[in-house]
Amino acid sequence: MSTVNPNLTYNYKVVRQFAIMTVVWGIIGMSLGVLIAAQLVWPAVNLDLPFTHFGRLRPLHTNAVIFGFGGSALFATSYYVVQRTCQARLFSDGLAQFTFWGWQAVMVAAVITLPMGFTSTKEYAELEWPIDILITVVWIAYGTVFFGTITKRKAPHIYVANWFYGAFIITIAMLHIGNNLAIPVTAFKSYSIYSGVTDAMIQWWWGHNAVGFFLTAGFLGMMYYFVPKQAGRPVYSYRLSIVHFWALIATYVWAGAHHLHYSALPDWAQTAGMVMSLILLAPSWGGMINGMMTLSGAWHKLRTDPILRFLVVSLSFYGMSTFEGPMMAIKTVNALSHNTDWTIGHVHSGALGWVAMISIGAIYHLIPKLWGVREMYSVALINVHFWLATIGTVLYIVSMWVNGIMQGLMWRAVNDDGTLTYSFVESLEASYPGYFVRFLGGAIFLSGMLVMAYNVRMTIRQKDAVALDNSAAQAA
Amino acid sequence: MILMDINDLRGIHTVLVLLVFLGIVWWAYSAHRKKANDEAAHLPFDDDEIDRRTLEKEKTEKKQ
Repeated sequence: MSTVNPNLTYNYKVVRQFAIMTVVWGIIGMSLGVLIAAQLVWPAVNLDLPFTHFGRLRPLHTNAVIFGFGGSALFATSYYVVQRTCQARLFSDGLAQFTFWGWQAVMVAAVITLPMGFTSTKEYAELEWPIDILITVVWIAYGTVFFGTITKRKAPHIYVANWFYGAFIITIAMLHIGNNLAIPVTAFKSYSIYSGVTDAMIQWWWGHNAVGFFLTAGFLGMMYYFVPKQAGRPVYSYRLSIVHFWALIATYVWAGAHHLHYSALPDWAQTAGMVMSLILLAPSWGGMINGMMTLSGAWHKLRTDPILRFLVVSLSFYGMSTFEGPMMAIKTVNALSHNTDWTIGHVHSGALGWVAMISIGAIYHLIPKLWGVREMYSVALINVHFWLATIGTVLYIVSMWVNGIMQGLMWRAVNDDGTLTYSFVESLEASYPGYFVRFLGGAIFLSGMLVMAYNVRMTIRQKDAVALDNSAAQAA
Repeated sequence: MILMDINDLRGIHTVLVLLVFLGIVWWAYSAHRKKANDEAAHLPFDDDEIDRRTLEKEKTEKKQ
């Protein structure tokens, strides 16, 4: 385009930093996951220390994978995509740098405070109030950089990926502040300003939208850029993407009540949450189909391109878990699934299958581009990673389905005289094989991340060699 | 005499939201949006020059 400033360049530095930290936090968070999975098989692995107890490490696992791994992937890709589709450099390099170091500080604070037992006890929002304030400051800086870049765009249109990233940034700001309003009593202890069932509803308004906006809308933004880019063709239907966007963001915020079925929450609110969850199937599948169909006419690329395979399989898992989710939100199904391992399986079919796989695909796409080399050091190793990730995810979710349905059936089984057929500990004993398979699946998934770390390291090192080759060629 | 209660308002609200949604669908799929949609869909493929310039500039900066 002739209107573009001929000296314009992008800020790739902050994208590189976040891309590397995606891999680092991925390994840390998933290692913690494998560790606590092992504790459920072999309880002695908790070492009998308070810092290594399941109850303290579990929130660290979720924080590290969601906000460390997922968050870094979102920062990296959103900064990359917003620059490239707006043809504008980031609004402020300094502020972008601040979001990088600020976000890493948040994660380090999580690593320190959660094992020490500092927690607000709100799921996926366990960090105590001083860290919540730091998150808010970083998030406002993030929003300023992102939307500031959009205002600098050269094209009149705002590409659909940026709509999803933008909705994710705004909604997470709203939810984070709303859910974490608390009265501090000491430096690391606070009490929520809400009480009772109101607190529960606010918590799951946040909790479900951490899924809906952090783990879905943001990653759909990723999907709308990296799937077309890797497939080498524009998205299947741009107008469907517009409907997809508005339908998804209008529906997700109402679904949180399905976490509180059969609780003290008023019945109408539970039913509203269930109905909105069922409606969510439509936009979710609309988006999935839009991503999948982008490959129509290019399916053969799947045979040779493991990065594309990561992206497409992530969409399959997305479709699967967004079918499973509405189904589990139906009250009668929830009566069976609630509090069982089925929920854990559902979360991981989304977290490993969808969020992790699309992030991994996007990072494999990004690394060579950011370091100016043609492709990853080893495409064969990407393929190895793809199979480790797929097998690991399948083992994980199948074992949790089996465990969850078994637990649900055992807990509700009653004898003719009305007494319970099984004690709780009998259902726990019956769960051990599933816990072992889950540990195995998680360990396989983690080993894939280690393969990735090696491949990324070698690609970045290879870059120096290639750069030398190029300068030699230019000199000749 | 009470003409309406909160539930009438809820019903009206539901209908309005449905109309807004149908309006978005109509707008997104209308023929005059086709050109704009095609242009927007092509945005990920329009900026290779700036990408190349970024990497080249970084390379020369590193050498100095």
